[in-house]
Amino acid sequence: MKKAYLGIDIGSISTKGVVIDAKNQIIASEYLWTEGDPMGAVKRLLKSLQKQIKDQTVQVVAVGTTGSARKLIGAMTNATVVKNEITAHAIGTTTLYPDVNTIFEIGGQDSKIIIVENGFVVDYAMNTLCAAGTGSFLSSQAHRLGVSVAEFGAIALTSKHPTNIAARCTVFAESDLVHKAQMGHKKEDIIAGLCKAVVTNYLNNLGKGKRIKAPIVFQGGVSKNIGVKKAFEEAVGCEVMVDPNGHLMGAFGVAVLAKQAGIERHFNFNVADLDFRTKGFECPKCANHCEIICVYQGNKLLDAWGNKCDNGAVRV
Amino acid sequence: MRKEVVACFPQWGNYSHAFKFLLERGFNVKYLTPPPITRQTLALGSKYSPDYVCAPFKYCLGCYIEALAQGANCLLQIFGACRLNYYGELAEQILRDLGYDFQFMNMAGIQWLSPKSIMENFKIVNPDVSLVKVAAALPTTLKMIEYIDIVEDYLRRNVGFEVNDGDFDRLYQQFSRDLDTVESRKQLKKIFKSYWQRFRQIPLNKPAKTFKVGMVGDYYTVQEPFSNYFMEKELAKMGMEVYRDMNLTNSIVHNKWRERHKVGKKYAKYNIGATATFTVAEALQFAKQGFDGIIQVKSFGCTPEIDAMPILQNVANDYNIPILHFSFDSQTSEAGVKTRLEAFYDMVAARHQGGKR
Repeated sequence: MKKAYLGIDIGSISTKGVVIDAKNQIIASEYLWTEGDPMGAVKRLLKSLQKQIKDQTVQVVAVGTTGSARKLIGAMTNATVVKNEITAHAIGTTTLYPDVNTIFEIGGQDSKIIIVENGFVVDYAMNTLCAAGTGSFLSSQAHRLGVSVAEFGAIALTSKHPTNIAARCTVFAESDLVHKAQMGHKKEDIIAGLCKAVVTNYLNNLGKGKRIKAPIVFQGGVSKNIGVKKAFEEAVGCEVMVDPNGHLMGAFGVAVLAKQAGIERHFNFNVADLDFRTKGFECPKCANHCEIICVYQGNKLLDAWGNKCDNGAVRV
Repeated sequence: MRKEVVACFPQWGNYSHAFKFLLERGFNVKYLTPPPITRQTLALGSKYSPDYVCAPFKYCLGCYIEALAQGANCLLQIFGACRLNYYGELAEQILRDLGYDFQFMNMAGIQWLSPKSIMENFKIVNPDVSLVKVAAALPTTLKMIEYIDIVEDYLRRNVGFEVNDGDFDRLYQQFSRDLDTVESRKQLKKIFKSYWQRFRQIPLNKPAKTFKVGMVGDYYTVQEPFSNYFMEKELAKMGMEVYRDMNLTNSIVHNKWRERHKVGKKYAKYNIGATATFTVAEALQFAKQGFDGIIQVKSFGCTPEIDAMPILQNVANDYNIPILHFSFDSQTSEAGVKTRLEAFYDMVAARHQGGKR
């Protein structure tokens, strides 16, 4: 029986999972929509991963979770490592590209820049208080223009004169886009303009004051958009690499971390068939009204969180 | 018969003990310790505040409303070097429009060089105020502030390493309770001495190498733990030593503004307003002392602190020290703050491991 390691990255929009072997080779992977139901998404994810490895004699011995629902899914899968997505992405990328100096990452609701020196993270930034220049902005605009996100990049490449679109804020960008469309700008020019706007916004928001040096790796769901990749290359003036598994990098990174942690707990894929549920309630003990979440498997309380003080602590 | 005056100053760190002493012993009026800040406080404050005002105003306004509900009838506000100067007036007007009946001493309106102006304003709190009594209570008040800051400095550096969970918190609560019983400077000194010894006896498990992180930022956000999501506590829990220079002692009791301006001169030739010059100088000192990281916290839209950001980045580049910036408003996601702090710790640990110091 060969040992394998499972990494799950549960983002707001998509859920990613990989199974790697002891040599960090990906032996199974899946990418699907979270659809506002992280537990359900992970169940579907596990079923798919299990199918992919059922012909191989492997045993998953450690699980790592990352992404915004990392804690919830960590409790559900009894994970050995629960890591923030910034570290997970950095570890994933530096494992595959040891020389990388800059990591651009644009996901569904957030974006980050990670500066790496000699394989170590030395600086990072993550967008705050703003969704401009993220995947969900692109997908809502694609919807508005009547094209699917998947074709977005290819259409952008056909443009010769990208339209200028205000990049500061999604609200401005959207009204600018509507205006330009009504003025008669071609669809491909507007789409290319949007890709440029995303990049401008990203570099203004996150790249300010950061030392952006090649080699640069671009990842996250938006890295699949070839139009944005090209806009990045034009803006920074050098090649921007996109890994074929760039959208899985967080999951890959946390799988590597789970492997490195050295703690082994046999993982059974039948977790996907168990009944998990969460119960939320507002703690009445003070005016903070903490929203406390309890995670149950059947009737067994697995974990609880959300309390600010000891009064609201739920003992497992 | 006149109504009994119940004074209240908005919640701000743990300084209410000192304000209580000054108001009760000096001004000879009753003092209401403001209720601790909760989400309710912020929700109340945000509801009645202009949307784009900074979060500290919202906290203060929410706190006033809660204090008025608990029987306070005389509110106080200090002055500052930014929009804070207008906050007293604005808060007063909003509260009057809401129909509250109260006295308001706005220190931004006092001409501090004119005894007449001082007297007129102090009389808002108590018409029979005795300046001699206020002056007599002042040294003990200031000393109390100093003691509070000494204890808190020690706490920040060590609470992450306590052997028994909650030792520091429990003792601090006792210390707080006893501070409220202080009647004289002599008694204050005695209380401090005994607690100081007990704080230092709390068993610690401190490794030889610890990560040191310095906190800088705008006056309120950096000092009021609720408004920065108890960041100092979070960092300490991860096993970091937390340092912070900005407190009442260093800004008012011993005025260090001029000194700080000198320190930061190389990076900011002119005063950049409010606490931003202080922020730059503190960050620079932390960097020079070989700290592992600096965190700047500010309220969303705090212009002076925004001005400090690019300067901080110069400091970061020159001294090869990571600086993380946080902006807080009334609706900041707690999960996002945690994610960034965790990544910050990982980065600091990785930099150390990689021999980047």
